Amino acid sequence: MRDWKLRLSQNQGLLLAIGLFLVFYCLYSSMHPRGFTAPLFGQNANESFVLAAASMAQTVPIITGGLDLSVGAVVTIVDCLASHLLHGTGAQIALGIIACLLAGALCGFANGCLVVYGRLQPIIATLASGTIYLGIALFLRPTPGGTVDGDLAFAMTFDVNEFLSFLHIPAKSALGWVGKIPAPLILITLLALVWVYYRRTRYGLGTYAIGASPEAAYMSGVHLKRVKLGAYTLAGFFAGAGGLYLALQTGAGNADIPQAGAYTLNSIAGVVIGGTSLYGGMGGAVGSIFGAMVLRSVAFNFRVFDERSALGFLANPLYQPLFEGLILLTAVCAGAFWVFRLKNRLHIYR
Amino acid sequence: MAAFLRMTENAPFLQLRNVSKNYGGVLALDRVTFACDRGAIHAILGENGAGKSTLIKIISGVVQPTQGELLLEGKPVSFSHPMEANAAGVVCVFQELSLLPTLSVAENIGITMPTNMLGMYNRKAQISKAEELLARVGCEDINPRAWVNSLPLSRRQMVEIAKALGKSPRLLILDEATSALTSADVDKVMSILGKLRDDGLALLYISHRMHEIKELADVMSVFRNGQHIETFPKNRHTDDEIVQLMIGRDLGQVFPPKPARPPEAVGAVAKLEVKKLSWQNQLTDISFRLGKGEILGLGGLDGQGQKELLLGLFGVLKDVTGEVRVDGKATKIGSPHKAKNAAHRIALVPEDRKTEGLMLPMGVGTNITIASLDKLRKGLGLDAEKEAKAIDEMVKRLKIKVANVANPVSSLSGGNQQKVVLAKWLMTEPQILMLNDPTRGIDVGTKQELYVLLRTLADAGVSILFYSTDYDELIGCCDRVLILYQGRIARELVGDEITETNIVASALNINTGHAGAGAGAGHTSSAAQAPRAS
Repeated sequence: MRDWKLRLSQNQGLLLAIGLFLVFYCLYSSMHPRGFTAPLFGQNANESFVLAAASMAQTVPIITGGLDLSVGAVVTIVDCLASHLLHGTGAQIALGIIACLLAGALCGFANGCLVVYGRLQPIIATLASGTIYLGIALFLRPTPGGTVDGDLAFAMTFDVNEFLSFLHIPAKSALGWVGKIPAPLILITLLALVWVYYRRTRYGLGTYAIGASPEAAYMSGVHLKRVKLGAYTLAGFFAGAGGLYLALQTGAGNADIPQAGAYTLNSIAGVVIGGTSLYGGMGGAVGSIFGAMVLRSVAFNFRVFDERSALGFLANPLYQPLFEGLILLTAVCAGAFWVFRLKNRLHIYR
Repeated sequence: MAAFLRMTENAPFLQLRNVSKNYGGVLALDRVTFACDRGAIHAILGENGAGKSTLIKIISGVVQPTQGELLLEGKPVSFSHPMEANAAGVVCVFQELSLLPTLSVAENIGITMPTNMLGMYNRKAQISKAEELLARVGCEDINPRAWVNSLPLSRRQMVEIAKALGKSPRLLILDEATSALTSADVDKVMSILGKLRDDGLALLYISHRMHEIKELADVMSVFRNGQHIETFPKNRHTDDEIVQLMIGRDLGQVFPPKPARPPEAVGAVAKLEVKKLSWQNQLTDISFRLGKGEILGLGGLDGQGQKELLLGLFGVLKDVTGEVRVDGKATKIGSPHKAKNAAHRIALVPEDRKTEGLMLPMGVGTNITIASLDKLRKGLGLDAEKEAKAIDEMVKRLKIKVANVANPVSSLSGGNQQKVVLAKWLMTEPQILMLNDPTRGIDVGTKQELYVLLRTLADAGVSILFYSTDYDELIGCCDRVLILYQGRIARELVGDEITETNIVASALNINTGHAGAGAGAGHTSSAAQAPRAS
């Protein structure tokens, strides 16, 4: 019983994010004309995946006490690359997917090298590298376009039944409701499993250790350089997965610079709402998935809000940033109560 | 077993030969030759800055010696990282905790445990290992799943000891490992150490608690000024002799003469009066009076609450209880801003000038004027002319060596940086000047200038509260000295009583035959409280 309470308190950030998500999503689906249906859920999952992956990517450097301003740029560069690679035979497509994920990881590794060997501050190193990645993305895709295999795109962005038929496995009726699980939900679960695995390795524990106290991490024998390189590489991989999905979702590549910036900033918001401290050392990427979904659910609500109701004036989509900002602020405030418990005011600054 | 004993007789487990360590120009260890054996608890004694920490850091691989060699079981070794020392069986429990605050106890203890084929930790194994080790140190009450930052300091220290035991040490070093422990925990640790000794471990034990050392240690070594003075079995020397060994015969610095007035002349209304000041567990019932123009020293070992006392008076700490009177008027000082205002005029030269004292990248001039900008106001901005004049005056008065006051203060030497901190506070024209070990890391010449300055200020009516880790300074500068021990005033020394023997003895809270020392905190603090009418 004591451990149960302990776990609740240790995961209060994650729980808050899940709670917020449920509130906003239930509100949305209750107001939706057709109510909560599998296709609606699938469509929402589809629209949330890229931001969820970007937020997962952002989580890893933030836990080390850093920040990655190139997340949106990596999403974009992989998106553009995918629009060149994801067509042709099955083998070509499979290789293309692997190449896209590797490209994402490579971008992250390059960020890690700048931070570790260049001894640059993460915020400026990734600002520079992100701009470079956007430059390459523009070179790859000067104007929006390219081709992505339609069947693959449909299979990956719809549901389990479609995915199985893409693989020519006939199982349509036998699966029942399982067949209707949206494919992006499965994919984000796979990413979450990668995270859960990473969290339990030397690299994962080291990532937290560096953020919690670099000195103590060093004294405990953590290989700081290797762990940081690993952390940024994993971030690149997650962002790459997001970029790959973006290409599948839109069916094309687009080096959209404002969109890249929005992904980066929203990923930070997602991380914070998901219960990860910007001071580093605590939190996790699963929370960030929910953090991203909170942001998305808020946006969904603006689509269905009844303009004729008493609060109808709030339905104006122009207010969306205002609400997202307020929710972000609420989540951050909830995490800042420790300041009131401090007895030595000098420690606020440490 | 006999063969094992003979082997240890031939070659000590650990030997240091002619080991020296320089930090810049400072010689922290001076050709130290030292050995310790298995199956014995070896206590290391010395004043602040005697070289104990450096010795420990060299043995455990945190720093590398400038010269000399380390031998482990007769074979030369060199550790370039604490992990290499750990691999050789040399494990240190550090005074500054090496725990990761936002990770669980089990993860902290198990961070060096092996992982499986996929590189994953086994959580169950981590937890059961943590439980086993915590049980070994008698802390079954600690939940291995709890985060370290949710534990009180004394529990964290026990986790630290459990973590060290998890590395299966052959030489275990405890550097002030008992400083944060409750007395029940100290008893547990002492019985564990006794068991480990019987298991054939070598133990190096650093503590300032004399009664622990006497109870535990089989062998003692005294260090002084970076030199190894003597190693002897317990009971060879009396407490008095040990204190003498620790002090040695140093030539004191040149101090300005103290005024001939009786040091008891605090007056009916003290400039600053503190009654039963307490904060958390770190300050308990501190009461004293500081007279106008008096230099009151604060002494004792590092970390006995001196820093907290100064911060508390300066309004940095929250929830301080007790009474503070300035010029006889009761007052609450809630922030440094309030402390420096016209009603209090308190200044604090903080412990760490690089983080708390100065804004390193900013100019010398800005650093000097930052605390007294309201005096330089002109309309909405600052009076540039007045500012330049004020800065110039301070630079001349304190003889700060700087080519251009716009240069960043980080470009100055340590001594000149400290002068800038002083200049900043002198510009506020304080009535009460508090200093936290202001001469740490500065050269002798600047130190002497500082001593003269303090006496000049005191003669001009400024009351000074002066914490120093250097006993010579307390003796040379102060009219009275309060010795703190575990957050309480252990003893008040007045006039001729301010001697090295008395300071060291009361800092260790031991009785060396002089009346008053270590006679129990309750008694001495009430003595310190006794009113002194002039």
